[in-house]
Amino acid sequence: MIYLDHNATTPLHPRVLQEMLPFLQERWGNPSSPHRLGADARQALDQARERIARRLQCRPEELIFCGSGTEADNLALRGVARALRARGDGIVTSAIEHPAVLATCAALAAEGFRVTHVPVDGQGRVQPAALAAALDEGTILVSLMHANNETGVLQPLAELAELTRARGIVLHTDAVQTAGKVPLQPSLAGADLITLSGHKLYGPKGIGVLVARAGTPLLPVIAGGGQEQGRRSGTENVAAIVGLAAALELVTADLAAEAAREGELRELLETQVRQRLAGVTIHGAGAPRVPGTSSLSFTGVDGESLVLGLDLQGICVSTGSACSTGDPEPSHVLLAMGVPPRQAQGTIRISLGRETRAEDITRTVDALVDTVERLRRISSI
Amino acid sequence: MSDQSPSPDPTPGPPPSGPILYYNQAVIDHFLNPRHVGELSDEEADGFGLVGDPACGDQMKLWIVVHEDRIARIAFKSFGCPGAIATSSMLATLAAGKTVAEAARITDDDVIEALGGIPERKRHCSLLGVQALQAALQDWQQRRLGGGTPNP
Repeated sequence: MIYLDHNATTPLHPRVLQEMLPFLQERWGNPSSPHRLGADARQALDQARERIARRLQCRPEELIFCGSGTEADNLALRGVARALRARGDGIVTSAIEHPAVLATCAALAAEGFRVTHVPVDGQGRVQPAALAAALDEGTILVSLMHANNETGVLQPLAELAELTRARGIVLHTDAVQTAGKVPLQPSLAGADLITLSGHKLYGPKGIGVLVARAGTPLLPVIAGGGQEQGRRSGTENVAAIVGLAAALELVTADLAAEAAREGELRELLETQVRQRLAGVTIHGAGAPRVPGTSSLSFTGVDGESLVLGLDLQGICVSTGSACSTGDPEPSHVLLAMGVPPRQAQGTIRISLGRETRAEDITRTVDALVDTVERLRRISSI
Repeated sequence: MSDQSPSPDPTPGPPPSGPILYYNQAVIDHFLNPRHVGELSDEEADGFGLVGDPACGDQMKLWIVVHEDRIARIAFKSFGCPGAIATSSMLATLAAGKTVAEAARITDDDVIEALGGIPERKRHCSLLGVQALQAALQDWQQRRLGGGTPNP
């Protein structure tokens, strides 16, 4: 099997698993317990928190551990919106956000907040002028993803943050697709809230973290025992938090070298596909992207048929995003970029990872060319 | 022109070891080796059907040749998901050789049953083939009544 769907999830790295195992076996205490087993878990939790804070260049108390990236997005948006309800009702986001943000914004709109979706250009980027036009006196919160999960296109977050900072508006960014792939700093220096997820960077599923800069107004969404300084109740998932620390250290240790390597492999993939097939469009290729992501469409071919054709040859890729699989509607991200619906329907996402090798790319291109040509012989378009 | 059916083009690779993307083996088989794929010229075809929105979504073209009230030849081309391709192929298989009256009675349920079932969210795909066949039969009727085509 060749796995090229790392934007959906990544394999748990063996070293991460090794670090987690003691906390799933003998060191299974509750960090809040007033005895030695609890103290042991507390110590492990504190150490992991410090390791993560060091890698993210923030303070340990600025980390809020959650059950997923989706939950961290929910906490950021709902938490800030409710905390600042008296100051204003405006929330601004983009048209290409992950459903975790879009659906939360829709829920907040139903509660009476004004939600504005900033458009993107043909490359999938939010232009600073477009964001500026969407901000007004009542805007309390802006949420813009660092990189898009379908195209890998990076937003000019530093420039966009200047606009929110100048107006005193809270800025949240979903960095689930960039953590471990591109340096988060200094790009995200202007963000008040940052979402990360463990399983996108060779850590375990079931762990997300919201980095909340000191002083950011935030009300809890989950009430209970008051863990995480009252900002997210629920017994801490010590094993997963330790796993997240291990994974973050792993991916940041050689980040630049791995980014260069994956960037070269993607270049190999895109060059070969373009050489061997006509009617190929690579979405967002004109903008800076995370190194391993490629969003490709093939005229006259349906994306799901292409995914199945490749799956039958042992190659795992995706249509738009993992969440949209099973959804007959074309990707909202591509439509927002002005991609015609039928071309959006013919799009697949290939996302490389740390275990991807050049021979995997060669085999994938061969299989892709065969499958596209076969489907085009059947196609009515 | 070029009736490519059947176009055996088995994709190499290991056989699937379980349900892949929720499709059964019959659907996978019709997806990989669709029957009656092809295109007929205006002169060859007695009826033509085109279904699907011109700008978005799945699309299907279907041609029939009718001889002594029977579907003597059928050919299709399809743009869409695996479910759309497999149901188009099965529809063509069911209609081939049938009388015009029999073919007109084929429903999407017949197509799905012949494939041994398809995922619930893919049921709408199977309508494409049935609608294309209905359109082609209607076209054949009109051409016949209009007397415009030279076919007996």
